[in-house]
Amino acid sequence: MLAVQNLEVVYDDVVLALRGVSLEVPDGRIVALLGANGGGKSTLLRSLSGLLDVHDGEIRKGTVTLDGASVGQLSPSALARRGIKHVLEGRRVFKELTTEENLRVGAHADRRNLKTNLERVYGLFPVLRERRDGQAGLLSGGEQQMLAIGRALMSDPRYLLLDEPSLGLAPRVVEQIRDIVVEINGQGTGILLVEQNATMALEIAHHGYVLENGRVVMDRPAAELREDADVREFYLGLGAEGEVASSFRNVKHYRRRKRWAS
Amino acid sequence: MTQFLGAVAGGVGLGSIYALLALGFVIIYKSMRVISFAQPAFMLAGAVLVSYLSPSIGFVPAVVVGAIAIAGVALVVERVAIRPMVGKAVFVIAIITIGIDIIVRVVAGAFIGRDPRQVGDPWGIDAWEVGGVYIAHRHIAAFLVTSVLVIALFAFFRWTPIGLAMRASALDQEAAMAQGVSVGAVFAVSWALAGGLAAVAGVFAASGRTMDQNLWHIALAALPVIILGGLDSLGGAVLGGLLIGVAQQVVASYHREWFPGLDTNIGSITPYLVMLVVLLVRPYGLFGTKEVERV
Repeated sequence: MLAVQNLEVVYDDVVLALRGVSLEVPDGRIVALLGANGGGKSTLLRSLSGLLDVHDGEIRKGTVTLDGASVGQLSPSALARRGIKHVLEGRRVFKELTTEENLRVGAHADRRNLKTNLERVYGLFPVLRERRDGQAGLLSGGEQQMLAIGRALMSDPRYLLLDEPSLGLAPRVVEQIRDIVVEINGQGTGILLVEQNATMALEIAHHGYVLENGRVVMDRPAAELREDADVREFYLGLGAEGEVASSFRNVKHYRRRKRWAS
Repeated sequence: MTQFLGAVAGGVGLGSIYALLALGFVIIYKSMRVISFAQPAFMLAGAVLVSYLSPSIGFVPAVVVGAIAIAGVALVVERVAIRPMVGKAVFVIAIITIGIDIIVRVVAGAFIGRDPRQVGDPWGIDAWEVGGVYIAHRHIAAFLVTSVLVIALFAFFRWTPIGLAMRASALDQEAAMAQGVSVGAVFAVSWALAGGLAAVAGVFAASGRTMDQNLWHIALAALPVIILGGLDSLGGAVLGGLLIGVAQQVVASYHREWFPGLDTNIGSITPYLVMLVVLLVRPYGLFGTKEVERV
């Protein structure tokens, strides 16, 4: 099990991005992580994959544990070798390399089963096999997202951290990505899914967390979150009556309150 | 015509040396976004080391051992002086490489001594005459060795896991780290490669003459080469090196006819003139990516 306890992360010694977050990703489950922009979702993923350093972030308090052992201070490459793979937000494929070269880089952490893993990824994403010798930068957005996920799968990870895989994709492609995430999970990989598209995320997740201002404000099974009135209103875009808000006139208006405390 | 062909032949030999040096600059630049000014020192150190080794173990083994040893030195220098600075401003690291250059050069220079030293190459200033054109053996050797090394490098970057990881890391460092690529290993390998290439370049630059402290001046011409070829292009470094080598030799050879009033040979500033002209037309170099950062 991959977990964090009371995690506090600070950027540049001043910006407190996570304020005591605890979260668990059990083996073979899908955990959704919801929340508004700036809530600390990507920061949490970075502390799990060791990529905080790149952004001048630092774990101040709390621990990151893998099967109970502390892994918070390990380098990204050590964490990747232990089976934690992070799919960065915004796809980030190596644009000037070919599709297959991208996948081969993905196998860097564990090259033992390169052939099998390559076949597995091509099985999951047949379109990548068709474009294997083309430059990755010329793939469409959806194909690049598939490549980013496939690249992470190349070392056969135990946990996959997905940062907004539906970002900027057409609804049909989002459905495709969703089905693939379920399929990957079905093959035994634990998934931590960060999403703005809460409907999609809660559809497939077993458990969900809502993160706001660096704190976990909700921690429930996904089915309960789907029924929760606040989540429905704030994240699923459903009105209080369960209908999709059809007009802005019907959207509740909230006055913003400024508080220096909390 | 024979004068021209002779100049071209010499230029190809000189250009091969430039190409080897420029490849080192480009490899380090691609992995760290820093121009390493320590290349001239590694070049001098390589030549000096080979001049000590070759009398006892023979020239070819001496070059191989020398290149590997200088690669090792570069590896240590990177680990000790550069790695702690990673994340600091590019400018700071560039200045540190100048410091490294001076230290390594002074230490290597101290071993040159008072007696004339030679790298012990078998060809010296021998040359073949083909239809009135003199082609020096050392130029042919430089060209052949460079070709082999360039092919080996391209194969390295294309097929080996670490070579591929280095290309990936040059394109998007964070994404490469997320795949488990160790950026430290990428930096180390790039410095080792650059050091080894500089050592080989030093041997060819020193062959056919006696060693002196000013050998490293040749490495300065590699700077216009990389600017010309494009900072981030390996192919550009090779072609730019050959182009500038040939241009320099041709100008040096025709100097008397073209610029009768000038006493000092204009050949040695040709690389910079060619660079200026090319930059006017293509500011990012012949083969460089358009948005290469400024340094």
